[in-house]
Amino acid sequence: MGFIGFLVGFPALVAIAQLFIKDEGTRSVVTKVAAAVTAVAAIVTAIVFFGQAETRLRVSGEWLSTAVLIAEVALCVVIFYLCCKAHRVWIGLLSVLQTALTVWFELAHKHGIFVWSDFVIDKFTIIMLLIIGVIGSAITVYALGYMKDFHAHDHHVADRRPFFFFVMYIFLAAMFALVLSNNLMFMYFFWEVTSVCSFLLIGYTRTKEAERNSFRALWLNLLGGLAFCLAIITLGLSTGFVELERMVFLGRTGADVVLPAALLVFAGLTKAAQMPFSRWLLGAMVAPTPTSALLHSSTMVKAGVFLIIKLAPVLGDNSAGLLAMMAGGMTFLFASFAAISQSNGKKVLAYSTISNLGLIVCCAGIGTFEAAWTAIMLVIFHAVAKSLMFLCVGTAEHHVGSRDIEDFDGLFSEMPQLAVCMSIGICGMFLAPFGMLISKWAAMKAFIDSGHAVLMLVLVFGSSATFFFWTKWLGKITAIVAGKRNIERTVHKEEWFVLKGLAAATVLVCIAFPVISFGAVTPYLGQLYTGTMEVISRSNMIIMAFMVILLVVLPLVAFGRGGNKKMVHVNLAGENQGDDLTFRGSMDIPVPVSLRNWYMEDYFGEKRMLVLGSVLSGVLIVLIFAALLGGVINVF
Amino acid sequence: MYSNIVQIILPAIAYLVFAPVVGGLLAGIDRRIAARMQRRKGPPLLQPFYDVFKLCSKQGVSVNQVQDFYVAGFLLFVIISGIFFFTRGDILLVVFTLTLASVCLVVAAYSSNSPYSQIGAERELLQTMAYEPMLLLTAMGFYMAFKTFRLSDLVSGRLPGIVYLPGVFIGLAYILTIKFRKSPFDLSMSHEAHQELVKGIVTEFSGKTLAMVEVAHWYENIFLLGFVYLFFVWNEPLSPLLGLLACAAVYVLEIFIDNCCARIKWQGVLSSTWAVTLVAGFVNLLVLSFIK
Amino acid sequence: MSFMKKSPWIIHYDGSSCNGCDIEVLACLTPLYDVERFGIVNTGNPKHADIFVVTGSVNAQNVPVIRQIYSQMPEPKAVVAVGICANSGGVFRECYNVIGGVDKAIPVDVYVPGCAARPEAIIDGIVRALDILEEKRAKLKSGKVEELEEQDGLPPEPFANKEGTP
Repeated sequence: MGFIGFLVGFPALVAIAQLFIKDEGTRSVVTKVAAAVTAVAAIVTAIVFFGQAETRLRVSGEWLSTAVLIAEVALCVVIFYLCCKAHRVWIGLLSVLQTALTVWFELAHKHGIFVWSDFVIDKFTIIMLLIIGVIGSAITVYALGYMKDFHAHDHHVADRRPFFFFVMYIFLAAMFALVLSNNLMFMYFFWEVTSVCSFLLIGYTRTKEAERNSFRALWLNLLGGLAFCLAIITLGLSTGFVELERMVFLGRTGADVVLPAALLVFAGLTKAAQMPFSRWLLGAMVAPTPTSALLHSSTMVKAGVFLIIKLAPVLGDNSAGLLAMMAGGMTFLFASFAAISQSNGKKVLAYSTISNLGLIVCCAGIGTFEAAWTAIMLVIFHAVAKSLMFLCVGTAEHHVGSRDIEDFDGLFSEMPQLAVCMSIGICGMFLAPFGMLISKWAAMKAFIDSGHAVLMLVLVFGSSATFFFWTKWLGKITAIVAGKRNIERTVHKEEWFVLKGLAAATVLVCIAFPVISFGAVTPYLGQLYTGTMEVISRSNMIIMAFMVILLVVLPLVAFGRGGNKKMVHVNLAGENQGDDLTFRGSMDIPVPVSLRNWYMEDYFGEKRMLVLGSVLSGVLIVLIFAALLGGVINVF
Repeated sequence: MYSNIVQIILPAIAYLVFAPVVGGLLAGIDRRIAARMQRRKGPPLLQPFYDVFKLCSKQGVSVNQVQDFYVAGFLLFVIISGIFFFTRGDILLVVFTLTLASVCLVVAAYSSNSPYSQIGAERELLQTMAYEPMLLLTAMGFYMAFKTFRLSDLVSGRLPGIVYLPGVFIGLAYILTIKFRKSPFDLSMSHEAHQELVKGIVTEFSGKTLAMVEVAHWYENIFLLGFVYLFFVWNEPLSPLLGLLACAAVYVLEIFIDNCCARIKWQGVLSSTWAVTLVAGFVNLLVLSFIK
Repeated sequence: MSFMKKSPWIIHYDGSSCNGCDIEVLACLTPLYDVERFGIVNTGNPKHADIFVVTGSVNAQNVPVIRQIYSQMPEPKAVVAVGICANSGGVFRECYNVIGGVDKAIPVDVYVPGCAARPEAIIDGIVRALDILEEKRAKLKSGKVEELEEQDGLPPEPFANKEGTP
């Protein structure tokens, strides 16, 4: 209990302290110390609980439940106030509605419900704790340097950094609590807290656009919250339990928990920004980069997939499973396609996040052992590589002056170290032998074994689109462009520390892949499933780990040793002006060479893909719920 | 220990040594057959070897310090994926390593920042995006038919793969046109020189670097034909013969197509390949998932 | 054994000509002459080429182009001037903007006369260039790169003293 209290309480205390720190130096020290303590706490917790089987904890007495209920009502009042202030009363009503439902349920039906364990620490939770603790707090450190530059660049935005760091740490605390909770009532509260935090972070700049996007994020997530709340009520009324673990257990032993599972999946879909709810995550890019990194990699969206993966054993060939599979599959495919047409770096990352989450959700929906294994692996690799990518783009943006990938031309000459970090991030996202790809490999197997042919199709086309948009980005930054000067000297120390740390982590988790699999993921799933198996054979994993090492060692020994070759100019059909950047055009006029990537707007236009994906996915969701509710009504 | 040597080290060495020889010969045969189809005499059979040896004796010229590294990576990973293939490893591992290799080549071309090679690189990416789904579906098809990705088990089934996967085979043959860099799909780089993109993706490579690309293509072609071979072998001692015949037939067909087609636009490459993947590959798998 | 003679790759550049010689150069590739028999490939790329085939006279506009293509070719390399215009400027010799033969812009190894040069003559010229290539290769191999680059060095730029085009 002490560990849980510290993990949740410490960031919360730091958050409150941050509110009162106006001085930059103090903030820097406090944030660094707090981040280090949080990370260490997460690691220590992981080590302590790793050796044990899952640990269940129960809070004696009703005080915590009561406290949470009061906090929930308070949160609702805050949301309602903010919504009314911004003349969006209906969003506030959404919050009021679900809080009213929760309060009603708590007061009217809670007496008959006994909670066995409020908190559970199993191996999957430990993995999530590490992701949140290490990556999340690294991002807060990165934010120190970034936000300084941010306010130096942009004078129109009011400097509300104490508030910014306050929300970030609240976010971390809520995420810790969320992944630790087993009591769905608690989880629901923290779920709402993360929704509100993301709303506050997205709206940080207070521009018109930021406000619009933040409220979009809020109402979509509140919609998910409503589904969550309904799930608790239906579960509580039908089975008399409100525990996640118990629900999964009951589901596996034959009780009918499909409706609450489907509602929870729905909640997860909104939080994980699956189509048709994906627009809030795209809108979230108006926020400063650390926000995006936090939302996309270690927190928020991971809460959504965390919930769905936890449910995986009761998903599969039922409506709830189908819901996750279809929405996830469609999202994976269409978000990957949409990413092709984007040149805005953060937007590409956003679509890539959405598509990867789609794959995770889809795997969890299949619900078999290997599919769940894949989903957890994807969560790990995605968290590390994606946070690295976001932070790289953030740093590049401040130094190159643009987040457009086309402007990253020659980044290798301008910011060599950053380009290397970015390359590692990109390779980590799609290339063999890095983790994401190995997970995709397992996904293929899982998809075939589960016999869903359509999903196989989705997977192969989605993967090839992924390959396309990542490699063209990789190509852009590795181009050696003549006449570029090194401009990376002004990057803050904190930024370097985090960037290089994450780059190293991306490589390390790939090398440690077999260890993670055999040490954590397989044991965790082994308790939920009968009959474990080797998803990817040990020998193949070892081959992959060796290839990662090869990819790391080779550049160190051989990169840039072109021998004593004679350097010549690039071929511009004999009209190179001697600088590789201009050629002699007609009338003897020098014409600059400008190279642009392919975006294939006519084929993979963003709007078209979003509409297609959202409509398909939305219709499927509606149909599945219609069938599900129809079934429920028939039973009565 | 002994069996390890026989099963892994011998095929690996055999591939390392003989694949370029056979691949080079294949390229020579290719050029001669193409010449005969055009009523020409054509170059000597060993011409591809002459070309590569000549390239090795040229002066080293480069546009930057790094492209050689990437090209060497291309060669290395093509060889590694071939070794995985011939030591009968995992078929998906082969496909993924091949993708890694092609990324190396693309990055090498991008790094030169030359318009010709960069447009070539982008076209190469497009081609990869076009053929990748079919290549993955092929691996999945084998998995559905034989319940394993391991090549050693694929070649010793009770029935040859072609019985289960005729549609997948057609799809694979279709995308091999891209992989062999034959018209109508030779957008990024063509073996016929002097095209609209100069030499596309390899424009800025010369001398030994270009020789490496050539040799890598020989290695690659050999194990791509290996994919064709896979469809025709089962636990029948004479079936490898049938497999080799099928490889020969597919290759001649590719040469024929090369010689009677004009290069098409990228839209055509992408849409036709994906259409074939859907119609031939996916329908095949769908049927298979019902009967299996 | 040297393979330089067995695989000469060509880059063809047309200065300002009547296109007669160009057509004859391309005729060499047709089934009737089929220069691929000798391993000759018409690459469009100076970085891949061994032999630079120039047709037509050279004028102020294309002097820099020819010189750049030539300097982008890796050693060993040879230049074949095909047709009388390339050899000496031909009927255009007296034009204000024509510098005369290609050899005013880059060092030429073989001159193929004719107006237009016949394919047989062109093939003969290229085969002669092979011996020169082989000589240069031997030099390169024995490490005399400087000597070779000196030998293949560019002559002073024509029109260099004048402002812009004449």
